[in-house]
Amino acid sequence: MARLGMVIDTRRCVGCQDCVVACKTENRTPHGMNRDWITYAYQGTFPALSLTIQSERCNHCDDPPCVSCCPTGASHVHDWGGVVLIDHDACIGCKACVASCPYDARYIHPDGYADKCTFCIHRVEQSKDPACVAVCPTRCMHFGDLDDPESEVSRLLASRRHHAILPEAGTGPRIFYLE
Amino acid sequence: MTDLSRRRFLQVTAAGAGVAAAAGGLGAALGAVRPARARGLRTVPTFCDSCFWKCNAIASVADGALWKLEGNPEDPLSRGRLCPRGTGGVGAHADPDRLRAPLLRANVRGEARWTAVTWDEALGHIADKLQTIKARYGPEAVALFSHGLGGTFLKHTLKAYGAVNVAAPSFAQCRGPRDVGFELTFGEGVGSPERTDIANARCLVLIGSHLGENMHNTQVQEFAEAVGAGASIIVVDPRFSIAASKAKHYLPVRPGTDLALVLAWMNVLVTEGLYDREYIAQHGFGFDAFAAELAPWTPEWAFPETGIEPEVIRETAREMARHRPATLVHPGRRASWYGDDAQRSRAIALLNALLGSWGRKGGFYQPASMTVPAYPYPPYPVSTRGKVDSPGKKYPFASEPLTTGIRDATITGKPYPIKGWFVYATNLIQAMPNQAETIAAIQNLDLLVVVDVIGSEIAGWADVVLPEATYLERYDELNVELFREPFVALRQPVVEPPDDQQPNWWIARKLAVKLGLERYYPWKTIEEYLDHRLRGAGLSLDELKQKGVVRGPRPPIYFEDGVTPSFATPSRKIELYSVQLKDAGFDPVPSYTRPEPGPPGAFRLLFGRAPVHSFSRTQTNPVLSQAMAENELWLNAAVATRMGLPSGKRVRLRNQDGVVSEFSIAVRATEAIRPDCVYLVHGFGHSSKMLPSARGRGASDAQLVTRYKTDPVMGGSGMNVNFVTLEQEG
Amino acid sequence: MSPRELVSTVHGPLTEPALHAWGWEIAVYLFLGGFTAGLLVLCGTALWRGRRNPGGPSFALASSGLPALGLVTISLGMLALFLDLAHKPFVWRLYVTFQLRSPMSWGAWILLMVYPVLLAGVLLDPPRWLRDRLPGLVRGFGARFDGDVARRRLGVVAIATGVALGVYTGVLLSSLGARPLWSSALLGPLFLVSGLSTSASAAHWLSPDHDERTRLLRLDNLLLAVELGLLGLFLINLSSSTQAHVAAARLVLGGPYTAVFWVGVVGLGLVAPLVLQTLAVARRIADTPLAPILVLLGGLALRFVLVFAGQASHWSRL
Repeated sequence: MARLGMVIDTRRCVGCQDCVVACKTENRTPHGMNRDWITYAYQGTFPALSLTIQSERCNHCDDPPCVSCCPTGASHVHDWGGVVLIDHDACIGCKACVASCPYDARYIHPDGYADKCTFCIHRVEQSKDPACVAVCPTRCMHFGDLDDPESEVSRLLASRRHHAILPEAGTGPRIFYLE
Repeated sequence: MTDLSRRRFLQVTAAGAGVAAAAGGLGAALGAVRPARARGLRTVPTFCDSCFWKCNAIASVADGALWKLEGNPEDPLSRGRLCPRGTGGVGAHADPDRLRAPLLRANVRGEARWTAVTWDEALGHIADKLQTIKARYGPEAVALFSHGLGGTFLKHTLKAYGAVNVAAPSFAQCRGPRDVGFELTFGEGVGSPERTDIANARCLVLIGSHLGENMHNTQVQEFAEAVGAGASIIVVDPRFSIAASKAKHYLPVRPGTDLALVLAWMNVLVTEGLYDREYIAQHGFGFDAFAAELAPWTPEWAFPETGIEPEVIRETAREMARHRPATLVHPGRRASWYGDDAQRSRAIALLNALLGSWGRKGGFYQPASMTVPAYPYPPYPVSTRGKVDSPGKKYPFASEPLTTGIRDATITGKPYPIKGWFVYATNLIQAMPNQAETIAAIQNLDLLVVVDVIGSEIAGWADVVLPEATYLERYDELNVELFREPFVALRQPVVEPPDDQQPNWWIARKLAVKLGLERYYPWKTIEEYLDHRLRGAGLSLDELKQKGVVRGPRPPIYFEDGVTPSFATPSRKIELYSVQLKDAGFDPVPSYTRPEPGPPGAFRLLFGRAPVHSFSRTQTNPVLSQAMAENELWLNAAVATRMGLPSGKRVRLRNQDGVVSEFSIAVRATEAIRPDCVYLVHGFGHSSKMLPSARGRGASDAQLVTRYKTDPVMGGSGMNVNFVTLEQEG
Repeated sequence: MSPRELVSTVHGPLTEPALHAWGWEIAVYLFLGGFTAGLLVLCGTALWRGRRNPGGPSFALASSGLPALGLVTISLGMLALFLDLAHKPFVWRLYVTFQLRSPMSWGAWILLMVYPVLLAGVLLDPPRWLRDRLPGLVRGFGARFDGDVARRRLGVVAIATGVALGVYTGVLLSSLGARPLWSSALLGPLFLVSGLSTSASAAHWLSPDHDERTRLLRLDNLLLAVELGLLGLFLINLSSSTQAHVAAARLVLGGPYTAVFWVGVVGLGLVAPLVLQTLAVARRIADTPLAPILVLLGGLALRFVLVFAGQASHWSRL
């Protein structure tokens, strides 16, 4: 059973926000709301500094609290790939899912329903990469099946040090950052 | 353990809500612009205009509405991936502050009060004024300031009219000093796009260049490749940029002292014998004299100037030598810093020469372009008067006309009066130093015509404003430029302009007809023009409309592969020692002068780029303005604490001449900058009443650049010579 | 090493600078829901103990308007919940499914169950106008629930419904692990005890029977003391847990919510009424509505602090 995830090389990432803009145009996200975003974490004192740049989004967790908290089942796990999706017409806009996400990945669409990154499932089903992965000019983003040991994402994880965000929140995030 | 304060990069303020396009967001705006008639998905190849890189893109139109832009996989520039400005280019079509109709000034210049008129009226008015100017002052009195490929046809019309003063701000205010520095050394400039072989560099040196925030697409892609391949990156910058965070060596140089560092590096390479002897022996001219000139510039001497320890200078010089000739000392892009910029750029060129990188893999390759014949036109009228920008060859090595020179002539009337300005796609108020001088020049004009897509600051001063269709709505000149491999690219309309906007070629042709110059436009439609040129290259418009870009066979690009080294210099070699500079009264080998310090307690004002914006032209783009709505003032964290200015506090900037920024800017207290300077992204702080969605957001660096140092070698404007103090808001 | 600066580009308006998806509507609902839960337990206990009305001494049923009051409070509470929804036309979706792992789904169905139980309470001792309008229904219901066994069963159902209503909101919040302030199993019992306390204090004031008033006062004093104990344990729990939980506790231990918590919730909402009501029980001072008002406002303040401070708490980032 496929388990889709992402591997992002923070060494190459320059934090240009191309992934943010591409997602916005591909998915027509509402004004002021983004399905993905960039964090810049500085450590040290000038000039001995280091900077970690991460392109973040919904982690399509293995154990998604946003799915278990949903009272209508609108927030659900797709029957293929383990992608966490939202059935807009089943959503009542109670915002429990917004509160449940340790990554603040969700927003409420102006039309009233909860929304977030879908791993561009509409593109994946056409064998294309999600928009953010496809646009990245530094080619630092990789997408694929984490359960397939031969996939690019699996091989990258096997060969390089990596971490996920807030693993202590215990949700089993599926986006990994190469160090 | 410190409490983690989670600060946001951009405060989405109440004002942010106002940016929302007409009804309910971008999707509605894009759909509302033209009622959706055609169903289904249509893709159209074209090339981008968000910056000068001109990446080839594939536009998608869904159910008649513009949907998205993606890179053309066949494109050697973007390799199928656009940068954020390119991806967000759909916003240009839905920009709420687009110019919509030709405008005639209704009252006093600069008030931005207009009467909307028809194209006939506007162009007729312009033609009349042009004829009047021609009769009274001669056609040379009309100057054209133009940026980008879209100015081609206007240039053609005005040259047919008899104009000779045509300039792009990108020379004097940007890359000019760099190109002259390289021309004086290697015989040619660096080019645009730059001929930098970053992908193959084993050592990359960036001096002030902030690749990753500066978003020249191919360069950023290659930078990532180099980083991924473990190349050794050396960054010299008063600010810890994104590029600095990838560096093996980060040198927090004192602003204004970069030349001292470069000279010291060369001193080390020569003293320790680490330079490419064979390369210099084969291609270099004047090495012994050059080496003698370098003697005083030791690392020990450079340390108190630059703040970089002698051992670091030596170690980084050795690192560069370790990887030569695949060591690229990047020439940068905007080199117009301190007034000695041509010499500083020449020093960078010389450093590259010592490393043997010019013409070599991992250094500077030899670019090629496709041969697409020009359209046959009648010859332009010949003028005997010469250009005004560098009278008497005042700036002897300026290889392109100087915008500031034309402006000076407009103010003084010497060597002859300039009475008309045409401005295409460049916001002179934000692009040129000392806005007061630009405005003084404008007041001397009989005619100011601005052709633009949005109502920029310069448009506010115009007599006539002509609304151009965005690149997504028009044909344009072919892109046939020098690059790694030859190609020709087509720009074609993807969607229709929403209002009365017209493409540049249409404006130029119509104006020519009104001026009685129709013979200079034998072609009636742009398709005719394009097809004619393309057939000359064995292609056709239909083929390009379908493919977008066609590539030619890849020629060799390195000396190693058979490119014949040739240097268009007086000595026909790499001029390590420049006799022509000496003869003109300049240093034959660059020498260092300490920059003037600022007033005590003031910070040097530095400015640069953000990856989601281009100059001052994208702040009203509703997609890109969501990614970055305003700029911030980078202020050293310790200084900020001492001054009681936490991140988010709004301040105004007051410069050494007492000019105070019209709008406030939020402080970004950060470790990532030296205590003696402040930094902000250029292009914000719009004051134009015609840009309500961007007006007042952040501060304009251009407003504070009242002082500038003109480079005596080529007339460039050193603009990093202003100092500011901070005044708290409220 | 923690970063000195963490900068992020925009997610969306509800999560910047910290989560603020829920507002006064949720705090008001939690208060009214808890209050109604308390009423259900009080009335249910009285039923289960076999007290009758009218005439004889009774516990909570001396004020027979309590079930009717409960109908009002729970309806207002559900109105507040409805106002909070962002996708209102689709609210019916709650009732075409049951999501086992979602405390909110549990709550949706519990809330539905509350109505028939409260209606039964009203019908057991209906007001005159209801007796006059629907005599058949009243008589039929009275006949059905005349026996002790039937009334006791109804009492148990009411207690169970009340406990479920009072506890599930605490379970809901504590299930949202992303907000460390809410990570405590004590939230469920805390809400229940607080709901019982607010309803007991209000019921004492509404009761016409002197003995019952005293009994309710004593009960409320016990509940207030237990509530103080639970809050204390709650803070100890957070303060001895991970960094994120310590930081969450700090929101009320020196942070922006300190004043409203210690003055509003603890001082005026728990300690002051406890003192006043203890003195009132000991006949040292007159029994005034001041204490019940403080208890009610304190209960409301507790919900406001938990809803807003809870959303402000978050996991730290590397």
